[in-house]
Amino acid sequence: MQLSRDALKQAYRQMKVIREFEERLHLEIQTGEIAGFTHLYSGQEAVAVGICEQLSDDDRIISTHRGHGHCIAKGCDVKGMMAEIYGRATGLCKGKGGSMHIADIEKGMLGANGIVGAGAPIAVGAAISAKRQGRKGVSIAFSGDGACNQGTTFEAMNMAVVLKVPCIFVFENNHYSEHTGDAYAVATASSIAGRAEAFGMRAWHGNGCDFSEVHSVMEEVLAYVRETGLPAAVEFDTERFFGHFEGDAQKYRGPGELDRIRSERDCLAIFREKVTAAKLLEGEDIDAIDAEVLAEIEEAVGHARQSPRPDPADALTDVYISY
Amino acid sequence: MAVMMMREAINLALHQEMERDPDLIVLGEDVVGGMGTAGGPESVGGVWRTTTGLYAKYGAERVIDTPISESAIIGAAAGAALTGQRVVAELMFADFIGVCMDQIWNQVAKFRYMFGGRTRCPLVIRMIYGAGVNAAAQHSQSPHAMLTSMPGLKVVMPSNPYDAKGLLLAAIRDDDPVIFMEHKALFGLRGEVPEEDYTIPIGHAQLVREGDDATIVATGQMVGFAARAADALAAQGIACDVLDLRSTSPLDEEAILDSVEQTGRLIVVDEGPPRCGLAGDIAGLVSSKAFMALKAPIEMVTPPHTPVPFARELERAYLPQPEQIEAAVRRALGLQGA
Repeated sequence: MQLSRDALKQAYRQMKVIREFEERLHLEIQTGEIAGFTHLYSGQEAVAVGICEQLSDDDRIISTHRGHGHCIAKGCDVKGMMAEIYGRATGLCKGKGGSMHIADIEKGMLGANGIVGAGAPIAVGAAISAKRQGRKGVSIAFSGDGACNQGTTFEAMNMAVVLKVPCIFVFENNHYSEHTGDAYAVATASSIAGRAEAFGMRAWHGNGCDFSEVHSVMEEVLAYVRETGLPAAVEFDTERFFGHFEGDAQKYRGPGELDRIRSERDCLAIFREKVTAAKLLEGEDIDAIDAEVLAEIEEAVGHARQSPRPDPADALTDVYISY
Repeated sequence: MAVMMMREAINLALHQEMERDPDLIVLGEDVVGGMGTAGGPESVGGVWRTTTGLYAKYGAERVIDTPISESAIIGAAAGAALTGQRVVAELMFADFIGVCMDQIWNQVAKFRYMFGGRTRCPLVIRMIYGAGVNAAAQHSQSPHAMLTSMPGLKVVMPSNPYDAKGLLLAAIRDDDPVIFMEHKALFGLRGEVPEEDYTIPIGHAQLVREGDDATIVATGQMVGFAARAADALAAQGIACDVLDLRSTSPLDEEAILDSVEQTGRLIVVDEGPPRCGLAGDIAGLVSSKAFMALKAPIEMVTPPHTPVPFARELERAYLPQPEQIEAAVRRALGLQGA
């Protein structure tokens, strides 16, 4: 289905927010002001947005250690996220979680997750809830080409089929699990989703650098899962513009590889080219969004920097509801 | 009041709470049993017969028989609990936590903290534990100390049918994740259990014997063993407090310290491994907070630092016995024949 101008602008805006959030973090981390490990999602925006733009708060997702994009796409507050990554009291998790543990249950975002492969079983549980709650909600487990090799992913796929629950396993193949290529680590690198088919569910493939393709493939997947209540899988071929973590020297990349993926596989550039060529949006529309987003990210960074640091006494709270 | 076995008390609690709370679901391996077989659902009625009859009454949507996939069981239970259900998951043997530890330790225990207090995960993980039935090294362990060490979890260990029902109902109604440890050698233990609804607050130890000469602290199966030792000692004119902790997290420190202040002697009995375990933990607590009250070194009665053996003679040698507890009390009192 062709999206309206407003829907296209909204989708582009979301992708741009993720991109600028990550590009800015890449710079800010080098100042030393941000502590800990950060894994950036730049390059994969079309996947998170192409999927989450079609979800409601009744639909739940669970993310990975590379979770900022999924969080933003699912509606987590960008200022709250930035403040969290800065470790401030105003952060979405009061500074207790950081980059790898951002969540907003009310928005249906069950958390970024520091353990590769941990999300898929939890998504099956959310799908059990969705089935019981009867609002045609689905749950989505985002996994990469790393998590696709974890036993938890296999257990979850089998259980979803056995229990007949509306769980969608999304595999974002960015071709690197940490610092190892999929050609080496994934026995079925040509098709991760094929594994899901072996578990007895329908599976789709798509170009994860093309928003319109992600969107239309997901439209089909979501219609199928909402209609049948059965699980499904989808694999998107995508690119990771930065290293595994910030500070990764990326010595494993081939000559010119990063320049090539940035010039040929940039989902934002591809989006702009396609929608302007088809006269769905004007270049000025996109430029205006770019300017708005830059200002929004600037504001988020300013807010984070000015926010109070957590009170050390708060380290003791939120372990239990009552104890 | 009806007299029933501990397994029946647990089954009764599950039935009553499923009836009371429509958001409650139960899942695990063979909690129904017989799915996909000629015998059909409930031809087994749950391996431990603690979930018998639930499927027939509440159906497949709420009584979910799973494949043998412990990570997916605990993960799915966690996901359902995060999104509006109340969940009781069963691990057929506590030893299987090795398969699903990530979901327990890194996920369930930490959600609330990591997410800044904005979530709740009302999940009970029932796990069947303990030695005494010749189930050997991978089906007899007592991993409660490991779980007690994990912030974010509560750990409950009932010692009798009455407590099992009241504590299980409290655990299910608790908004925090609770590990509910059921000792397999106690499933056949009989005791009075009221039909009506009641809960026992988690975190309160119970004094099961009273006496001024020594304090014996125990959990689960060891409570009965400690009571037997105390009864034998009573016949010799030695009176002991026997404290059933009922939960190891939260730990009723006050009850332990109060008793030791009175008696001046502490014997900790634990079925878990001796190193980095519950006995050492409680000995440490008393040493740091009631040292001046102690009249004798703290005695720790635990299994040796070995896996749980299979053969009857070997397992008996492994498991703390009432006679060892009795001897430990006599040692603490400086008596002959200890």
